[in-house]
Amino acid sequence: MKIGIPRAMLYYRYKVLWKSFFRELGCEVILSEETNRKILADGINYSIDECCLPSKIYMGHVYSLIGKCDYILVPRIVSYSKKNDLCVKFNALYDIVRNTFDNISLIDYNIDSVRGESEQKGFLEMGKTLGFGHFHTMSAYKKAKQAQQQYERNAIMTQERALCNEVGIKILIVSHPYNTYDKLIGFPITHFVKELGGFPVYADATDREVSMMKSAELSNTLYWVYNKELIGSIKMLEDRIDGIILLTAFPCGPDSLVNELIMRKSTKVPTINIILDELQGEAGLQTRIESFMDIIKEKRSPVKECS
Amino acid sequence: MEKIISFPHMGNYFVPVEALLRLIFPGHKVLPAPAITKKTLELGSKHSPDFVCVPFKYNLGNYIEALEKGANVLIQAGGGCRYGYYAEIQEQILRDMGYEFQFIKLLSDKINPISLYKTVREIGTPISFHKFLGHLVLIIKMVRIIDDTEAFIRENIGFETEENSFRDLHREFLNRLKTVTALSELNTVHREYDKRFRELSINKPENCLKVGLVGELYTLMEPFSNFFIEKELAKNNIQVSRYITVTFLLFDKFRRRKQILKGAGKYLKYEIGADGTDSVERGRTLAKMGYDGLIHIKPFGCMPEVNAMPMLQNISKDFKIPVLYFSFDSQTSETGVKTRLEAFHDMLTMRKDG
Repeated sequence: MKIGIPRAMLYYRYKVLWKSFFRELGCEVILSEETNRKILADGINYSIDECCLPSKIYMGHVYSLIGKCDYILVPRIVSYSKKNDLCVKFNALYDIVRNTFDNISLIDYNIDSVRGESEQKGFLEMGKTLGFGHFHTMSAYKKAKQAQQQYERNAIMTQERALCNEVGIKILIVSHPYNTYDKLIGFPITHFVKELGGFPVYADATDREVSMMKSAELSNTLYWVYNKELIGSIKMLEDRIDGIILLTAFPCGPDSLVNELIMRKSTKVPTINIILDELQGEAGLQTRIESFMDIIKEKRSPVKECS
Repeated sequence: MEKIISFPHMGNYFVPVEALLRLIFPGHKVLPAPAITKKTLELGSKHSPDFVCVPFKYNLGNYIEALEKGANVLIQAGGGCRYGYYAEIQEQILRDMGYEFQFIKLLSDKINPISLYKTVREIGTPISFHKFLGHLVLIIKMVRIIDDTEAFIRENIGFETEENSFRDLHREFLNRLKTVTALSELNTVHREYDKRFRELSINKPENCLKVGLVGELYTLMEPFSNFFIEKELAKNNIQVSRYITVTFLLFDKFRRRKQILKGAGKYLKYEIGADGTDSVERGRTLAKMGYDGLIHIKPFGCMPEVNAMPMLQNISKDFKIPVLYFSFDSQTSETGVKTRLEAFHDMLTMRKDG
């Protein structure tokens, strides 16, 4: 059996979990390609105009998988616990895909912990739908979960080690992983930073428990869990970095408010707010990052004495 | 220091909110934000984040105008989508502008009589919990009466035989409500005006055009933000139905949650966030009831309502019902809205006659 996984949105958070789960079950995993112009164009074509850029890209990835697999994985996630919610886009993604493409066969799981829908329950039901036994599914889920945790620990450790050893200008990229690691959205930005002698540090590669706790220092009523993790990372790392790039995809709802808060409240480190949309040209982006890096270099160099 | 309590506008709900605040804070002044004008939206937009949804801008404009008039206690609610995070950002923006005030956040997890009473005590009131509850019940009833009356007005105002008869009586009714302080009095007023509204002469044909309004709550309920779309429709002799009201949002929605999801039929397996589910369910229900058209209203970028659009498009296809989509922002042009409405009306008329 072939399971298609769109390489967009929550893929970047759950990639190891998803891939290992289906492989453990004995399914073949078909991953969509890295985002390219064609995927973006298809995504725009199959989306409502006002959708956010990553959700348009997501639709493009789903479209590219149609006909190549038996099921396409589209999860639905509402909240991990009370006051730890996701943007409502993730509540609706499953139904949006279903209503947009005719005759598409999807497999989904639902996490809505306030209503008693947990990840484990969701995965067990997926196993059942695919025709696997309870124990087989359970052990696949357990193994996949472990692999995912191992992967996350590694990412945190790699970044921590680099933070200690790296001497270049450290730029914290604050953005949802589906922006940061997307070939069309975040990749050009980290690429420019590296080209200009900077070292990108990723806000999503920190210990989530710590960052969640730290986020309360900036905001006490925030309820989007991903944004909490991101602003908590700023607090965790602000003494060890030289600059912050806030990267937002137009018109992200949560970011529209949370970035405003960061810009107003977190003033310790130079910060630039970059908003990307589907019409983005690279030249403008490069200029902005260049001047931002110049400002930081200027700040870092010892004050020249006037004579 | 004397406390002057203020709150942002939404439709005619300032009447019950003001009445409630006057009842529970006899020692303080209550000052609803000045009525919304273009200036309000300009002020709000100027100080708002770039692509936040437009209700944020209206609220912020309301606050600034109220603060300029001397208000020093501001109230904001929150919950659902982005709305739950309005309060913190608005407070921060206003503080950065240099205003001094107390900001009361009524977030959705704290909307119950006990928490509300605690908040009320913090602001400062001599009244007992018992009395507070009494006032709360009175105002909830008042909101329900306003919602019922306005639903009746929407469905009939387009067919009045005497110009402005509905509007004038509506105004008189709201003014009368402002002075109500007891349940028995409220009931008498309700009976009296209900009778008078029903006695207004109308000329409503059996098969008049019927249009249902669905979408996001603020742009539906604050006529300024939708360029008085209900009025425009009524001018063209259309019966207008809208089900999103404060009564629905605070009470009926939670009681009917499962039914609503079921009512969305094959279009939804899950709830799609905030009021998006309601839009799909109501869209399907109105289509089944044989309405002539639907109008879907939202602020630009409204996440839950954008989520509801693919389903509404399918409903439109399956039931052959035209749907007109509007996104409102601080830049929306009034002429554009009117032109599209006119074209929509012409199309509905042609479909009906043909």
